[in-house]
Amino acid sequence: MRAALFITCFNDTLFPGTGKAVVELLERLGVQIEFPEAQTCCGQWHTNSGYADDGDALVERFKRVFDGYEAVVSPSASCVAHLRGHGVDRVFELTEFLVDVLGVEDVGAVYPHRVAYHSTCHSLRLLKIGDRPLRLLRAVQGLDLVELEDAAECCGFGGVFAVKNADTSMAMLSDKLRHVLDTGAEVCTSADNSCLMHIGGALKRQRTGVRTVHLAEILAARE
Amino acid sequence: MKGFPAAARETLRDSQLRRNVGKATTTIRAKREHAVGEVPDWEALRDAGSAIKERAMATLPEQLERLEASVTRAGGVVHWARDGAEANRIVARIAHDHGAREVIKVKSLATDEIGMNDALAAEGIEAIETDLAELIIQLAHEHSSHILVPAIHKNRAEIRALFERTIAKGQHLGWEASDIAEAARRHLREKFLTVQVATSGANFGIAETGTICVVESEGNGRMCTTLPEVLVTVMGIEKILPEWRDLEVFLQLLPRSSTAERMNPYTSLWTGVREGDGPREFHLILLDNGRTDVLRDEVGRQALHCIRCSACLNVCPVYTRVGGQAYESVYPGPIGAILTPPLRGLDQAPTLPWASSLCGACYEVCPVKIDIPSVLIHLRARVVKEEKSRTSPEHLAMDAIGRVFASPQRFERAQRLARLGRGPLGRLGGSIPLLSGWTAMRELPDFPDQTFRDWWRERRAG
Repeated sequence: MRAALFITCFNDTLFPGTGKAVVELLERLGVQIEFPEAQTCCGQWHTNSGYADDGDALVERFKRVFDGYEAVVSPSASCVAHLRGHGVDRVFELTEFLVDVLGVEDVGAVYPHRVAYHSTCHSLRLLKIGDRPLRLLRAVQGLDLVELEDAAECCGFGGVFAVKNADTSMAMLSDKLRHVLDTGAEVCTSADNSCLMHIGGALKRQRTGVRTVHLAEILAARE
Repeated sequence: MKGFPAAARETLRDSQLRRNVGKATTTIRAKREHAVGEVPDWEALRDAGSAIKERAMATLPEQLERLEASVTRAGGVVHWARDGAEANRIVARIAHDHGAREVIKVKSLATDEIGMNDALAAEGIEAIETDLAELIIQLAHEHSSHILVPAIHKNRAEIRALFERTIAKGQHLGWEASDIAEAARRHLREKFLTVQVATSGANFGIAETGTICVVESEGNGRMCTTLPEVLVTVMGIEKILPEWRDLEVFLQLLPRSSTAERMNPYTSLWTGVREGDGPREFHLILLDNGRTDVLRDEVGRQALHCIRCSACLNVCPVYTRVGGQAYESVYPGPIGAILTPPLRGLDQAPTLPWASSLCGACYEVCPVKIDIPSVLIHLRARVVKEEKSRTSPEHLAMDAIGRVFASPQRFERAQRLARLGRGPLGRLGGSIPLLSGWTAMRELPDFPDQTFRDWWRERRAG
């Protein structure tokens, strides 16, 4: 099986570790990964900021760059949702690709930590990936999965929202942090680094000792 | 107008308000989920509701003329009002014609939207709110903070103290909710029995039969629509339903979505006037006040499908933190964020389309399936196109970032500069004013030594 990786501009620049984990994980599962180097951004940033024409142009650009690939996999639920909402098919969020395309739940990972899963809004309500991430996490050896209270509620990131409405975003984040800390988890994970950057930035600032780790990095982990 | 970010900053500081709103919405949210879960064909009902509203809006001129004809046939008088001022003048004239110094009001958003109470006061007519929560707001000289529960930001102790200062002056009220409500009941009873003119809004107006429908929980609305001699209804033109049978769909959708009740407690329906039963005079004012402008926007017009259930407010992570007052409009919450700007003009509420994290919880619960997140994004684009200067710092930055993403070479150069804190991407991390809100509570991630694509190339070469 061959698949192209859409890393997303954000992960490429700020979270290369997530990309490495996706490559390692998928190669381990026998997928031949390709990385079209002409790729940049899916256009979500522009579209959600009110620059719809620029956003549309970037979706078109994405289609050209990934034309001819049978499947595209990406470690960002939000970017995949944006692309799918703009009529791009054959693009899969990582957990969709693992569970639906490859048909695996136990990816052979070992991760002996207590983990809370944050279901991001776009994975839950736009992609409707449901419990796929949870099924994958439950199959990880040594992992103690704990449930967040009000798990389906937004963490307050929302891209441009966190900047334009910083006070409201912080109020939402405060509640999410409380729920994360209440679980006693060492690690908070999700299918998107954007929400994790927001939650993790505050966990770090408060010196909580709880870290955020993208789901791909947990699934790639071995003994 | 302060704009949403500043108004929200203020309401967020009020910890009592935040607690009251958070607690009340959490309760309603859980109840709604249960009430909706009982209905096996809920999704089909939502589809039906959406389709009926779509048809009503697509044939609005025809439906309004049908309504006018059927109301007139049943002995009512129909007036057309282009805006709030025109509607208020009509209400005042009718009150004056009957020598009324007071009018009693059924809870109504349309009359709040047009500022009817103040307009009547300027004419020497006092408008008395009869919905308990509206009465509380009126006595406190505040604005509503929720479509359905206008005083949701107040708790029992605050309301008790307010009544002891106003309608129950000199009395000591008990602490039970029923003790406090009793004070309002005594105050209102006297008004119901003496005031001769009432005003109302309309939840639905049925073109086929000329029937107006008001849905409420207290029975105070029923008092207003039956006891006085004269009834004046101000109805937004989008409240129209083409056929009588359409009502069945909404009387299932609305109560479960708004109050989480299986059936609405007081559903008042009246068709014109009838000798010896109810008001002797009925006036229907059909209010535009910006609605035809909303209708012109093909994406945004679905906001007019709203049946004012407030389910979107109760699930919204933004609304439940900031409360209704931060939206500076009669229509708060997610629905307000897509309704207020086009109703008032985008330049009058340019920050509201950004008052959302686009989490999508509102769309999930909307009984008529209004795709609120999509309309928000659409309105953002309209604000940028119609209201923002092409040379504003934000516009220039987004243009620059657009150019960066148009070419992988420029993108890689920007990534390298960003690591040094420069260039279009680096400035986002570096220029502190833009991100002061971010860094107030969160650390920024460090730029890694290597981008993903650098690693990929190195690995392939290696």
